[in-house]
Amino acid sequence: MAKLTLDDLRKLRDEKKQAMNQRDAEGKTAQVIIGMGTCGIAAGAKAAFDAFLDEMDKTGVTHATIKQTGCMGLCFSEPTVEVKMEGMPDVVYGNVDEDTARRIVRDHLKNKTLVSDHIFDKPSTDIIKD
Amino acid sequence: MAYKNYIMVCTGTGCESSKAGQLYENLNAELKAAGVEEEAQLVKTGCFGFCEQGPIVKILPDETFYVKVKPEDAKEIVAEHIVKGRPVDRLIYKEPSSDKTPVDTDNIGFYRKQFRIVLRNCAVINPEIIDEYIARDGYGALEKALFEMSPDDVLQEIKDSGLRGRGGAGFPTGTKWGFTKGVEADQKYIVCNADEGDPGAYMDRSVLEGDPHSVLEAMAIAGYTVGASKGFIYIRAEYPLAIDRLNLAIAQAKEYGLLGDNILGTDFSFDIELRLGAGAFVCGEETALLASIEGKRGMPIPRPPFPAVKGLWGKPTVINNVETWANIPVILLKGAKWFNSIGTETSKGTKVFALTGKINNSGLIEVPMGTTLREIIFDIGGGIAGGKPFKAAQTGGPSGGCITPQFLDTPIDYESLMSIGSMMGSGGMIVMDEDDCMIDVTKFYLEFTVDESCGKCAPCRIGGRTCYNILDRISKGKGEVEDLQKLKDIGHAMRKASLCGLGQTAPNPVMSTMKYFEDEYKAHIEDNKCPAGKCKDMLSFSINDNCVGCTACARVCPVSCISGEVKQKHVIDQDKCIKCGQCFTKCKFEAIDRA
Ligand SMILES: Cc1cc2nc3c(=O)[nH]c(=O)nc-3n(C[C@H](O)[C@H](O)[C@H](O)COP(=O)(O)O)c2cc1C
Ligand code: SF4
Ligand code: SF4
Ligand code: SF4
Ligand code: FES
Repeated sequence: MAKLTLDDLRKLRDEKKQAMNQRDAEGKTAQVIIGMGTCGIAAGAKAAFDAFLDEMDKTGVTHATIKQTGCMGLCFSEPTVEVKMEGMPDVVYGNVDEDTARRIVRDHLKNKTLVSDHIFDKPSTDIIKD
Repeated sequence: MAYKNYIMVCTGTGCESSKAGQLYENLNAELKAAGVEEEAQLVKTGCFGFCEQGPIVKILPDETFYVKVKPEDAKEIVAEHIVKGRPVDRLIYKEPSSDKTPVDTDNIGFYRKQFRIVLRNCAVINPEIIDEYIARDGYGALEKALFEMSPDDVLQEIKDSGLRGRGGAGFPTGTKWGFTKGVEADQKYIVCNADEGDPGAYMDRSVLEGDPHSVLEAMAIAGYTVGASKGFIYIRAEYPLAIDRLNLAIAQAKEYGLLGDNILGTDFSFDIELRLGAGAFVCGEETALLASIEGKRGMPIPRPPFPAVKGLWGKPTVINNVETWANIPVILLKGAKWFNSIGTETSKGTKVFALTGKINNSGLIEVPMGTTLREIIFDIGGGIAGGKPFKAAQTGGPSGGCITPQFLDTPIDYESLMSIGSMMGSGGMIVMDEDDCMIDVTKFYLEFTVDESCGKCAPCRIGGRTCYNILDRISKGKGEVEDLQKLKDIGHAMRKASLCGLGQTAPNPVMSTMKYFEDEYKAHIEDNKCPAGKCKDMLSFSINDNCVGCTACARVCPVSCISGEVKQKHVIDQDKCIKCGQCFTKCKFEAIDRA
């Protein structure tokens, strides 16, 4: 790399910041927790995980972290994904395939609307409009 | 494609020495073997601070905190956590008090009350990659200084921040820079003091290993502020990892044009070189350090003139400690006001301590000034190891003194420590319990200063030795009542008449322990007793009637001076006993008296 100008430095910083941002849980207002027990993986949790990452990249969603956890005990509705976000109820989504994962990113994380047809655990029915 | 996981592996000196390097290699191999090197990025980091629990591996973004990880654990971590997403439970840190797994790193007792400014990037970035530093706003402060601020603006910001030197004395940094800026000279210098000679201290080393660019950036900012074009980092040769990382960092910064000629296309040029010290404590004293850089023997010279006005090769020189430097970029980025809001009235910001001794969680910690000793020992440090009562904490190393239980709730800053006869010093903090003998501890520090005295002036050379001899006599049960007064008199003379800080502060541990532990001194002198049972010459071991004749003691005695029939009371041959205390620890029947 040649010597940097002021613009180069700023550009480099922005680029690298994006990449580093993914490591950081600090300042994130949302959490996506994917069940990755054996059952989850068998049901396609890894594909859902990849879809989450990819869609977040594409839509510029940076306020969420993706965590993996073990089996959530809901093996019948795997892959299961819990989403916690400020100003939104905690939600557990069931049967999250790649497509649903992308919808969760766009609707839930970005536009703050629930992906109603995949909600497994209704935390408080009055918040969800059918 | 973005990574799913980041595996942060500590490669600080502490973890390295317990095979973190091998662990890193194994993780790398396992990721490849499992075909997931595209999914998880392996990152080498600096010290996490929690060295006692090392080697440490932290998985992001889920913040799983693995401790005491062995190289052979790599396979399981990759197979379970990375491939299947199931954390390896047996490696996860559990709180000693509750045995619970904290939800995330910030919730670990050790980290909860910490506040990281100086250590902001340690264990967060890979110190060997300049891009990672840049991503964390690195070189943003230099950019701001060069393009948005005049040297006067920068100086004012540093002054307003209230930052004081972290190398020991706490001199206001802005004032120091102001002196150098105010002198006309064809050449000025910036020096980083990375000598770190205090026994038990390793905060500066950790900053240099974990975040070397923060110091380079700060030195360049100071160069711009005072009009210097050349900097030196004086570092002891015993810090090979820090030296390697600094060399790498300097090379990378030069390649990017963040050091060298015409930085970022401006007409400001600044260069940094390393100078290795042989590791003499006195070379940390600023005038001795400068002499050493000049290639002379490292001996202090009288001040004034201060280095700020007449330093390296007679030119105005700013010399600051590593930790002081590491604060500078943050102050410029976040502003003096922000910095000012942290800490106490007279001491702003945070302080890094190397917490060691009889404490559950030893390690490197950073707390806001004004945190109390109780919070440090009991909240962060997890309390006294073995649950014994707290006796004292030694701060400030050989220049400092003891903080006793009655001061547990004193907010720690420069002034309050001074007022109770201790010192901030560079930040060593050694916690002691009732098994520690204060005479013994004091002797240790005095032996250190006597060994490290350069011998140039009589009060330090002769006074230190005399005090040591007196302490040695007291610890051997040959002390006299007048010794206490003698120690005080010599101490006062050394404080007044020594040439440099080494001799001036050498009596501090003595004065402090005499003040707070007078009874312990008296017990040694008048009753020939060491209450902590540490001073060997005053100890005697004997066997009482509790003895059931199990022979355990006789079997451990290294000099075979315990005799007796099985199931009969045993006896110790006092002439042969070397007072090692092994029999005392071994006996399960409280049959051995230690007096
Ligand atoms: C005997 C002796 C040893 C010292 N050792 C160190 C040291 O290892 N590191 C350090 O930064 N300052 C050390 N100092 C303090 C320096 O002389 C000087 O005050 C300091 O580097 C100034 O930096 P600061 O203003 O950032 O604290 C020592 C002082 C004395 C008297
Ligand atoms: S006080 Fe001690 S170390 Fe300092 S100059 Fe005198 S003899 Fe040397
Ligand atoms: S270990 Fe204790 S009980 Fe056993 S022989 Fe020695 S003194 Fe007696
Ligand atoms: S103190 Fe040591 S040397 Fe003395 S009797 Fe006990 S074991 Fe033997
Ligand atoms: S060296 Fe690894 S935690 Fe300190």
